[in-house]
Amino acid sequence: MIKKIGNLNKNKIISRRLFVLVAAKIGLLGIVTSRLYNLQISEKQKYEVLSDKNRIREWKTPPQRGIITDYFNNVIADNQRVYQVHLSLEEVSNFNNSIFKLKNIISLKEDEIKKIYENKEKSKPWDTLIISENLSWKEFSKLNLYLHELEGAKPVLSTSRHYPYSNDLVHVIGYVGDATTKDIQNKKKIEENFVPGLKVGKIGIENSKDSDLIGNHGTKRYEVNASGKKISEISYNKETQGENLRTTIDLEIQQLAQELLKNQAGSICVMDIYTGEVIAMASSPTYDPNKFTHGISTKDWNEIKNNKLRPLINKSLAGLYSPGSTIKPLVALAALEYGIIDTKFKVNCKGHDHPYELYGERYHCWKKNGHGLMSMRNAIKQSCDIYFYEVARLLGVDKLSLIAKRYGLGSKVLEDFFLEEKKGIVPSTQWKKQVLEQSWYLGETVITGIGQGYIQTTPLQLCLMTAQLANGGFKIKPNLIHDKEIDLEMIKSKIESEKKKSVSQNILKDHQFKHYERLYRNPNNLKLVLDAMYGSTNEQFGTSFRSRHKEDKYKFAGKTGTSQVKRITDQDRELDLDLEEIEYKSRDHALFIAFAPFDKPRYSLSVLIEHGGSGSKAAAPLANKLIKKIVDRHESREKIRKDLKNIA
Amino acid sequence: MILSTSLNSNSYSFIDKLRAVDYFLIIIVAIIGSLSVFSIYSTESGNFSFYTKNHLIRFLVFFSMFLILSFIRVSAWYRQAYIFYILGILLLLFVMFFGISASGSKRWINLFIMNLQPSELMKIAVIVCFARYYHRIQSSDIQSYKYLLQPIILLLIPCYLVITQPDLGTAILIAGSGLAIIWLAGLNLKYFVYSGLILMVSLPFVISILKPYQKSRILTFFNPERDPLGAGYQIIQSKIAIGSGGFLGKGFLQGTQSYLEFLPEKHTDFIFTLFSEEFGFVGSIILIFLYALLIYRIIRIGFLSRSFFAKLYCFGFASALFLYIFVNIAMVLGLLPIVGAPLPIMSYGGSSMLSIMLGLSIVMSCKIYSRDPIGS
Repeated sequence: MIKKIGNLNKNKIISRRLFVLVAAKIGLLGIVTSRLYNLQISEKQKYEVLSDKNRIREWKTPPQRGIITDYFNNVIADNQRVYQVHLSLEEVSNFNNSIFKLKNIISLKEDEIKKIYENKEKSKPWDTLIISENLSWKEFSKLNLYLHELEGAKPVLSTSRHYPYSNDLVHVIGYVGDATTKDIQNKKKIEENFVPGLKVGKIGIENSKDSDLIGNHGTKRYEVNASGKKISEISYNKETQGENLRTTIDLEIQQLAQELLKNQAGSICVMDIYTGEVIAMASSPTYDPNKFTHGISTKDWNEIKNNKLRPLINKSLAGLYSPGSTIKPLVALAALEYGIIDTKFKVNCKGHDHPYELYGERYHCWKKNGHGLMSMRNAIKQSCDIYFYEVARLLGVDKLSLIAKRYGLGSKVLEDFFLEEKKGIVPSTQWKKQVLEQSWYLGETVITGIGQGYIQTTPLQLCLMTAQLANGGFKIKPNLIHDKEIDLEMIKSKIESEKKKSVSQNILKDHQFKHYERLYRNPNNLKLVLDAMYGSTNEQFGTSFRSRHKEDKYKFAGKTGTSQVKRITDQDRELDLDLEEIEYKSRDHALFIAFAPFDKPRYSLSVLIEHGGSGSKAAAPLANKLIKKIVDRHESREKIRKDLKNIA
Repeated sequence: MILSTSLNSNSYSFIDKLRAVDYFLIIIVAIIGSLSVFSIYSTESGNFSFYTKNHLIRFLVFFSMFLILSFIRVSAWYRQAYIFYILGILLLLFVMFFGISASGSKRWINLFIMNLQPSELMKIAVIVCFARYYHRIQSSDIQSYKYLLQPIILLLIPCYLVITQPDLGTAILIAGSGLAIIWLAGLNLKYFVYSGLILMVSLPFVISILKPYQKSRILTFFNPERDPLGAGYQIIQSKIAIGSGGFLGKGFLQGTQSYLEFLPEKHTDFIFTLFSEEFGFVGSIILIFLYALLIYRIIRIGFLSRSFFAKLYCFGFASALFLYIFVNIAMVLGLLPIVGAPLPIMSYGGSSMLSIMLGLSIVMSCKIYSRDPIGS
């Protein structure tokens, strides 16, 4: 009985206790349910995103670079099919082993293998490593034969930059190479589109127009599993090719210029005097940009680097030279504009026995026997130094500097288009005080008058100067990439209206001129100078008379220049050595500036031969050949211009 | 009393027995079992291969075993309760010396057809043993120190053996179900309060003796992002899978988290995650509801049973079952630290299936022989 009561009691307790437990269970179930609700309904989106992030991985596909053409649509930089081998790291079980096997099939050099290991360190386990960028067809077919033994190796048909006219345009187009960390940091476009193996412009147009040329990378989205293995492709947002660029270069003229400079160090620039289009910009010696695309070998690099003629320097815009006598037209113009001299002003050049003297310093003319009594026209034509010593003295360096700057010296011609372009120096009293912290000597003015001393110019600046003289004294906008905005008709009509304008107050002061604004005070002054340049080439005793064209349509006007690289001593003068007898490094630079055709000027050019000797012997003859080509090409160029305008 | 028992017990006819069977419970178990087979099938990305085959066979074998063993008299279970317990302890000791190790713990005995995990059997053994233990004790005696100390020792032995394997999860479940029965038997509330307080005070010491991986799991539980690729990975991936399932789920065989192998241990402890990812909130609630129904049916059988042993066993087993389910689901939902705790019936694993089916067969036996008033 007691037991029965006990059991009843126990039954009661157990029921009560169970009730508490069930209540607790219901409570816990509530927690679980609300948690489920929270995860699956309230925060569903957050977890969906996380789930997609887990399962979807993006691979960027490399964009194709835009194609670069010359003005006539000849391709000067394109993309060529190349054979490559990639290694998919996630499929490789033993990396060292794979590299060893690959090494036996394709030839890999020690430094290439070192680079592969370096790249591997930087890659993620699911990345693809580029083992070789440019295999020969023989290697590629051999690789395909042994492919079954090479886990993870993938033969890939890819494209890479190719320059069909290799050496001829390297200083204009530049070249591409692997993007460095610096490239990625500095250019947003590169950062946005970076893909391992992406090539970016290192120099030239390839560099300055990189943002346009690169294009946009594609995106392949794959579903991947937890270990990163691709399961399936979800979407493929195709990559786009970069913009195609048309340059203003005429390939034929460029090639001729390059040919004329062969085996010499120097530069040739050709420009349209109205549109400012750079038609040729040759620099010699050159090198092959194709060698840089897949990383240049040490041997090739050393060969380029150690060449005494310095092929890496773009002499057209990074080479600085004293302009020599090519500055004379500008000196004459400045003196006329300021009214320092008139056309009747004459100076007597009496030869080496009676040099120009100033405070006891003696300044000689290049001509031993002297030129005699020189007028301005004759002084330019025969390039008399004595005349310009005197004119410069009367003019003063500051006025000369002002006019020189106005016509394009002392500043970058293509602004910031080329990283390597130099400004040069147009000295003035103020400049000397600021930069050298010294006061100016009159003797320095005198030698500046013949383009010696502190003054430093690039060949492209001389070409621009000539253009702005030849077009009648109007500021133009030099350019290298075809630009719809720059329209010949528009420029000509602007110039016509500028001509009619009355002279502004600022014309003799330091003033910022806008494009196509007139730069001169009196048009007759300029005419006189240009006519003197005509004389220099087309009349007897002119310094470039021997390089003239007799046919009217090729007739051009020019000015020679011979710039000293070291001071000529009395002893040198006594010896009067032939060019071959002087040490290369001590020979003068030969310069020539010209515009053509004379009756209706359209093109300007500058020629520079480093250590070439005299301008009339070394530089002017090249202009003869160039100008024939330029004039012959004129019509087809204009036809293209018209076509391009119609398309626009 | 003894006489009448024997008389009554002899009077069960086969038809009576069949009638007494709780078919509803069997159906629920069968439904959950089928769901589990489909889920395992999904973990293999819809291939009927190793895990699915094994799981299906195990389920069918143990389910049949459950049905057959249901006809063993509940009094027999009562009589063999201590033997069952001792057997369990012996097996645990056997594991200690001759067990198979896997991933750093020694939990299994190689039975050639399957690897038996005695700690799983111990879960049931403890409940049966305690039910018998309290069956014969007067309610007035329960509060005495003697009857307080004995069950605690009975509980500590298997817990200790399991912890040293090490298998914290199963040890907690064994301890939890043991405590549930002690609670149901009527032990004074104050003991629970006291021991709770003592536990809290001693927690720092307990933590200091935990294995590094156990500590890291607990720390990770409080902040899974602490080590997102290491210890926190499982919780994070599990939450992502469940959360991204949404209201209706991604669909059968469409669970990307498991299909793409982001989900760890998806066959075993994280089977609920997979299920929830593929069938969403609705599916999860249905599964939980099925479990609730199962527990309800077990409790109902307890109420219908005449003997205290049967009652205590049913209520105890129901509570233990709830505990297993709760710990597993709360764990994969990130509500509890990750401790190895399978989801009953759903998870892949023979021993767990065996012990649950064994437990259910005792429940069913209570139902069939509900009129048996077990004597001491």
